[in-house]
Amino acid sequence: MLQMKNVSKIYRTDTVETHALREFSLIVDEGEFVSVTGPSGSGKTTFLNIAGLLEELSGGVYELDGRDISSLSDKERSKVRNEKIGFIFQSFNLIPELNIFDNVDVPLRYRGFTAAERKKRIVDSLEMVGLASRLQHMPAQLSGGQQQRVAIARALAGEPRFLLADEPTGNLDSNMAESVLDLLSEINESGTTIIMVTHELALADRAKRNIFVRDGSVSDGPPDLHLAKAAGE
Amino acid sequence: MFRYYLRLGALSIRANPALSALMVAAIAIGIGAFMSMFTIRYIMSGNPIADKSDQLYYVRVDNWDPSEPYDEPNEPPEQLTYLDATALYQAGKASRQVVSFMSMRVIEPQGEEAKPSQIETRATTADFFAMFDVPFAYGSGWDKKSDDTEEFVAVLGQAMNEQLFGGEDSVGEMITMNGESYRVVGVLDYWSPVPLFYDLNNNPYNEPGKVFLPFSVAVAGEHGSAGNTSCWKPVGDGGTAAFLASECIWMQMWVELHSQSERQEYLQFLDAYVEQQKLVGRFPRELNNRLDNVEEWMEYNEVVDEDVGVLLGLAILFLVVCLLNTIGLILAKVLRRAKDTSLRRALGANKSAMFSQYFVEASMIGAAGGLLGIVMTWLGLRGIENLFSEYEFVGKLVQMDWVMMLAAVALAIVSALAAALYPTWRACNVTPATQLRIQ
Repeated sequence: MLQMKNVSKIYRTDTVETHALREFSLIVDEGEFVSVTGPSGSGKTTFLNIAGLLEELSGGVYELDGRDISSLSDKERSKVRNEKIGFIFQSFNLIPELNIFDNVDVPLRYRGFTAAERKKRIVDSLEMVGLASRLQHMPAQLSGGQQQRVAIARALAGEPRFLLADEPTGNLDSNMAESVLDLLSEINESGTTIIMVTHELALADRAKRNIFVRDGSVSDGPPDLHLAKAAGE
Repeated sequence: MFRYYLRLGALSIRANPALSALMVAAIAIGIGAFMSMFTIRYIMSGNPIADKSDQLYYVRVDNWDPSEPYDEPNEPPEQLTYLDATALYQAGKASRQVVSFMSMRVIEPQGEEAKPSQIETRATTADFFAMFDVPFAYGSGWDKKSDDTEEFVAVLGQAMNEQLFGGEDSVGEMITMNGESYRVVGVLDYWSPVPLFYDLNNNPYNEPGKVFLPFSVAVAGEHGSAGNTSCWKPVGDGGTAAFLASECIWMQMWVELHSQSERQEYLQFLDAYVEQQKLVGRFPRELNNRLDNVEEWMEYNEVVDEDVGVLLGLAILFLVVCLLNTIGLILAKVLRRAKDTSLRRALGANKSAMFSQYFVEASMIGAAGGLLGIVMTWLGLRGIENLFSEYEFVGKLVQMDWVMMLAAVALAIVSALAAALYPTWRACNVTPATQLRIQ
């Protein structure tokens, strides 16, 4: 379970203090598929970065599986990221010098698996996203949709409990976006908790639960995608 | 993971060939400049007889002018008179003792077409070879009986034997010097101590003598010294006999002593000898005798030229400048890869894993810089050799050995790691989200 209570995040420069998150509270249960929407600059991505331990929070409490994250060392945070969390980014973030096999291999290397175990996981996860025949291809040889599938395979290879997706279809055309969402739904069906930030309300509709973020906080009242759409416009 | 990091390092170098080449070149140039000077200093200050250097003592007694010391503040002369050298030698108080001096002879090669040539010889006593661990290719040194009977025997240096006998076993053959025939009793294997510790009064980077012959034969034959000779009062008339009886210093003496107590006993013996000589009107100064082991004697003689120290300092500064450049280049490279670093951090790499990855890559750059640095060092040393080609001894100072080559690579790797420290630290402390957010 992911639980945030009164979490705040403040970015400071010499002259400016920006509150990206204020009193942000949220509980995401095991197996949920949650979409996070909200206007630009509302704090969606900041929330996702903090949830993924890519940024430290300024205040409040964040517990992942009942463990207070703020007390963890860098090594422990890295271990949690590696074992429990998978990331999917809008721009795929594949390493251009590595082939598909090696890209999916990256998180597994830091996990300390044997070569045989890593190979099995890489092949299995690439099979799941339909790219097992492209092991030796370089990222530049794949379409955008295929690259995002590789990124999903990379996120899944370590069998994480949480999948955090930041605008996963933002760089894809509608057909590819649809197929990636189908894949995410399939992954969620198999038990993985997914939190997806998106500004596309039609995609957010595919999630089982929607939350709306405004001014760094979860908006009051039940999420209403149509209101959110109006706010986004 | 090490092999994985090696592979990532190779990929990174291949992905940024120009930047990587610049880093390798910066390290190699710095290493080349530093190692060139360091090699010269290393050879100059090397201990040529490390196993025994604390058992071999150079003998000095103060027979000098009562009105002023031989050297400030109160150093005794650096050589001995014939009178003292022979008296101390004949007393035989040490387990081994050697007196010697450098001379010049004209050697007459066999064969009608070969021309005579002047060569450097060393007149010495039988213990010389055993005392200084001199290696023999053929035969051996002469014995004490040959010293006592003024036997015309000789030991040839390796180069001399090559020149006269084509490197063959020449033991038993005869050689002729200044019209006198000597029987060869031994031929040295390659032996070229640097510095030439047993005679630092002349150029410490000279080659050993080409021919070694008995001290007694050289004195009786009036071979004369070809090395430094100093006198504090006139020799007077009487030719060689007067010179041998004079207060002129021109001989070197070494003794082998195996413990501090033996050293102490020998110093007491020297004191007693000088006190005895004072009774006959010699040694007008206060007791001032010295026994220096090999390292102490080299240090006293400042075998490492001060200029070399200055040049080494400049070379270190140059290396530092090259490393600062390398830091800049690594910083540029690492910052260009900040997104890659952030991505790996997001996928589970902790800071120490990222440090390891970048350090392995820096080590690869450093190793390449070290290998190229060896080539640069070799070129630098050849340049120095050409610049001072008129000095034969320079050739001995510009030789790289395996130790120096390994040192060059090790220094290059350490330098590269030092240069990578700050850029890697910066890269690892970037919040991953900052870079991953950039689309």
